[in-house]
Amino acid sequence: MITFLANPKRFLDFSNAIAPWVCALAVVLLGTGFYWALLATPPDYQQGQSVKIMFVHVPAAYMGIMIYGVMAGASLVGLVFRHPLADVAAKSAAPLGAAFTALALLTGSLWGRPMWGTYWQWGDARLVSELILLFIYLGYIALWNAIDDPARAAKAAAILSLVGAADVPIIHFSVDWWNTLHQPASIIRPGGPTIDKSFLMPLFVMMLGYTMLFAWLLLIRMQTEILERRARSLMMAKGA
Amino acid sequence: MASFFAMGGYAVYVWPAYIISALVLTAVVVVSLQAHARAKRNVRQLEDDNGDGAESQR
Repeated sequence: MITFLANPKRFLDFSNAIAPWVCALAVVLLGTGFYWALLATPPDYQQGQSVKIMFVHVPAAYMGIMIYGVMAGASLVGLVFRHPLADVAAKSAAPLGAAFTALALLTGSLWGRPMWGTYWQWGDARLVSELILLFIYLGYIALWNAIDDPARAAKAAAILSLVGAADVPIIHFSVDWWNTLHQPASIIRPGGPTIDKSFLMPLFVMMLGYTMLFAWLLLIRMQTEILERRARSLMMAKGA
Repeated sequence: MASFFAMGGYAVYVWPAYIISALVLTAVVVVSLQAHARAKRNVRQLEDDNGDGAESQR
């Protein structure tokens, strides 16, 4: 599969075939998820209706980290195996990761104000490590833009993404290592989730919807990157 | 209906969170599709300029 897709032409054909299905799945899941979250979930017994923010906050935060995994994984494959599509995948994923991470910070801040009494707290390790994740994404994107030669840019950006990966476990465990505002894990934890099913089911639908949206956008953006590279080589052929 | 929009007194936090999420996701989709269309147009034009599209990829 991976070697099959190494050819850009085959990747374009393959992604053209599956992209509409992934898009349709994302639309259905997000439609269901937003309806379920807003209209069919009860208020929380402690948080009241402010718990509605969870359905847009948790999926965004999850995506920020999941996409980082995709980006760092693709970067590693690009560095080690020189897979031609790996760099394309990593570069295409970065702006999406940055967007979801920004959403996690914004929605978290809007949830923190009524629940913790503050939009932001520099002393909270979860908040600060999440902000650092956003900066790593932005630095990664800036590095790609700063180096003209794509091969060199890919290598430098890949190294940055692997070094930055150290932030991911810090984000995950920050709520256990430092006991501050953000509550400990309630979904990915030993012993299973502690959230009630009436919240957990719509939350999973939203997370799956966000994931499918990312998958579709990644395919579109990888196609764009391949087309742009093709345009560049056509330009050079024309100039020669 | 009014109570739905009031969100139990948390309307000023809940609705901005949903609106910002919808706006950012929509913006990412629009920007990605626009860039895709632009790249496609560029390649097609360059291939036409270069004469035969025999080795055309798309």
